[in-house]
Amino acid sequence: MATTRDYEPNVVLSNQDYNVVGTRPLRPDGADKVTGRALYGADFAAAGLLSGSVLRSPHAHARIKSIDTSKAEALDGVRAVVTSADFPQGGEGPVVWQRDNVLASDKALYRGHAIAAVAAASPHIAEEAVSLIDVDYEVLTPVTDVQSSMKGDAPILHDSLMTDELGEKADKASNVASHFQHVKGDVKAGFKEADVVIEREFTTKTVHQGYIEPQAATALWNNDGRLHIWCSTQGSFAARDACAKILDIPVSQIRVVPLEIGGGFGGKIDVYLEPVAALLSKKTGTPVKLVMSRADVLQGTGPTPGSYAKIKIGAKKDGTITAAHAYLAMEAGAYPGSPVGAGAMCVLAPYDLENALVDGYDVVVNKPKTAAYRAPGAPNAAFAGEQVIDEVAKAIGMDPIDFRMKNAAKEGTRQVHGPTFPRVGYEEVLEAMKSHPHYNAPLDGPNQGRGVAVGFWFNIGFDSACNIAVNADGTVTLQEGSTDIGGTRASIAMQAAEVLTLPYEKVHPTVVDTDTIGFTAVTGGSRTTFATGWAAYEAAQDVRTKMIDRAAQIWEVDADTVELEDAVFKSKSDPELSMTFAELAGQLGRSGGGITGTAAVSPSGVGGAFAGNIVDVEVDPETGKTEILRFTVVQDAGKAIHPSYVEGQMQGGAVQGIGWALNEEYYMSDSGTMDNVSLLDYRMPTSLDLPMIDTVIVEVANPGHPYGVRGVGEAPIIPPTPAIANAIENAIGTRLFALPMNPAAVAKAVMDK
Amino acid sequence: MPGKTYVQTNINGEHVDFLCEPRQSLLECLRDVIGLTGTKEGCNDGNCGACTVEMDGRIVTSCLVLGVEAEGKEITTIEGIADGSTLHPIQQSFLENAALQCGICTPGFIVASKSLLDQNPDPTEHEIRFWLANNLCRCTGYDKIIRAVQDAAVKMQEA
Ligand code: FES
Ligand code: FES
Repeated sequence: MATTRDYEPNVVLSNQDYNVVGTRPLRPDGADKVTGRALYGADFAAAGLLSGSVLRSPHAHARIKSIDTSKAEALDGVRAVVTSADFPQGGEGPVVWQRDNVLASDKALYRGHAIAAVAAASPHIAEEAVSLIDVDYEVLTPVTDVQSSMKGDAPILHDSLMTDELGEKADKASNVASHFQHVKGDVKAGFKEADVVIEREFTTKTVHQGYIEPQAATALWNNDGRLHIWCSTQGSFAARDACAKILDIPVSQIRVVPLEIGGGFGGKIDVYLEPVAALLSKKTGTPVKLVMSRADVLQGTGPTPGSYAKIKIGAKKDGTITAAHAYLAMEAGAYPGSPVGAGAMCVLAPYDLENALVDGYDVVVNKPKTAAYRAPGAPNAAFAGEQVIDEVAKAIGMDPIDFRMKNAAKEGTRQVHGPTFPRVGYEEVLEAMKSHPHYNAPLDGPNQGRGVAVGFWFNIGFDSACNIAVNADGTVTLQEGSTDIGGTRASIAMQAAEVLTLPYEKVHPTVVDTDTIGFTAVTGGSRTTFATGWAAYEAAQDVRTKMIDRAAQIWEVDADTVELEDAVFKSKSDPELSMTFAELAGQLGRSGGGITGTAAVSPSGVGGAFAGNIVDVEVDPETGKTEILRFTVVQDAGKAIHPSYVEGQMQGGAVQGIGWALNEEYYMSDSGTMDNVSLLDYRMPTSLDLPMIDTVIVEVANPGHPYGVRGVGEAPIIPPTPAIANAIENAIGTRLFALPMNPAAVAKAVMDK
Repeated sequence: MPGKTYVQTNINGEHVDFLCEPRQSLLECLRDVIGLTGTKEGCNDGNCGACTVEMDGRIVTSCLVLGVEAEGKEITTIEGIADGSTLHPIQQSFLENAALQCGICTPGFIVASKSLLDQNPDPTEHEIRFWLANNLCRCTGYDKIIRAVQDAAVKMQEA
């Protein structure tokens, strides 16, 4: 099973060496997390804490005629019951959708949609009370897939939703929230020039982020009117602002304290429980905790969409792509806002195209409102696009990596949706794939196959803040507002340590609440090590400058003459003048007071990331089971601040992609309900399903960041589904156009051949 | 509602007694009654392994054990793995190998890995993967977890 290794499984192709950046220190929150001491969302405790439970719709589509909570209220131990009527009313569009998603008002739009909630003395009493709430539903016909929902006769979810058709509002209710286009060149003319044109259709099913920690939130609406929320979230400020909107109170009235977060992958950006816990706390005057069950998580929180795609690509015999058309339709879930926009930006991004057209459709269906999931939209699109690329390469007889190289996007390439690429490392990624021992190793077995695919994710910048204070013993404390899901305390502290020339161990980072730090956007969009790292870099520069000034003042020399190197201040004017960082830190109090540095940034020099996969599979033609024999991820990280955690992102993203490719899906019944609501039936990869995941970190510095950082978290989930599809095609000689490629689907493809 | 039951047990080497409702799982008792929140809930139906503890020498998913079943049992949770202020070699290896990202699965993995290495000090990669197949991790792709267990096995044999 395991391949014998005559090569390094984890490689870093480094561009520049630093003292701290690029090393692999232990994470500062590690001891707490290996001893069980770290407090996650559900671990929070407070005096007088009540437990809550949420009633959820059993129907995928129903009008709520009335809700009778009297029996629940009468149950011993019940302290409060709330429904959507307890929220401030009014508003229109997105704010109403957001509020209705948290507690349904007139309509339940998916099985699992929250309807009412109870606070009680224990979780079991709360559950019992929830079962005593009487809801009178008028059950409506549901529509749960994107293609059916786009049809003219589909049941309508929102009477007020009219299609935004290329910027023009239609005048009739529809489930298509919007249709947009990106155009470059002339696709018609381009296809005419092609020697080979291939057009294929693809579908993917709804899948879930699958974080192991269910959502949990505790709220205390204090007697002074301030609302405190302790929760597991990807963005404490995002949670604060969403609650402020839904509860119609100023953001300053809310303090969100982020607890440790047990995975998110995009799924813990939106609020679900926080505003409901707040309402319950307001009614009871005590803290109220709500924790989701796994079934709640699967049925009530944002999955990533099922989708339909049609891709057409034309190329000349010499390998030049002459035109490409991508048609993407994605399920938004119950309210508008699918990730089709991002998918449309990424689907053709790896290619330098003269003529291209992308059509995107955002479509509501009776499923939970989709939430971000790691490069949202891009994997759905790549599953389609990267298979057609593979097929075209094959048709003209070119190696699939050479074909990609010939058409590779590079610095200066204008993307279909407009922006021009700055320096990107796509060609370097392709080179590393082509020369990797994996790509050049022979396959051994009749049912084995190899596939490759690539993916692009643009990454984001946005606001981040950081405070740094110097301690008298020569250490510094660092406060940041980015919740740490996978080691970012370390990668942020390392950037500050580098600036201050301190060893990593001397920087003590803490993730703090929304009252303690400036606005910091979510841990998402692969932005944290980039943007909050940059804030730490700037705050450290602030400290560095102030420390240099202080040394100059003490020595009575010009600050320009003072340098900081290896944690020692020296003056060029007098070689005798020298003092360690710790020595200066120890005299701050007597020389004018303590030193702190701060920064609030919103960096624009975001660097997009390309990733590529090489995968070997073995297909059992009888059962259709696909085994992953070998898997290599190559990615341009710009600069890997902490390579172990970069590898972790690459490996984790790859394995989520493997699950998406081979197993994961929402099985929807005819009545529109999800049938596989447990982790037994919603089957995510286990350790036994996998080989080691090999990695190559390519470092093509992002010119927009002091250390060259790009984002790394999302790109790795994009190439796996098409790479595996291409490998299966290579193994069995026939292609699969639908996800998941589970044993039944593969066996059928073999039989139909 | 039926009354509470008095349960006497040994947790992490100490005598612990508690009162629990018949319907409360051992996981609930550990977390909500006794206050040991290091054991995590990911699914409450035996499918994620986040709640793994050792009971009388065998690993169990504590969400599938009733609190009352703990009567007279010896239980080890994640809080009992380190030796005072010294981390267990498995805990150390998890840190050194970056085998945790979010860390929510980590207590379950460490308890399960310890039980493996106690019984099989030199497991193959396949044996590790097999043993840990009931512990889900959504962040790491397992690679670094497997390496951490391999590394811990070496450390423990050297010790
Ligand atoms: S919580 Fe017990 S196995 Fe998941
Ligand atoms: S580290 Fe997050 S689930 Fe394993």
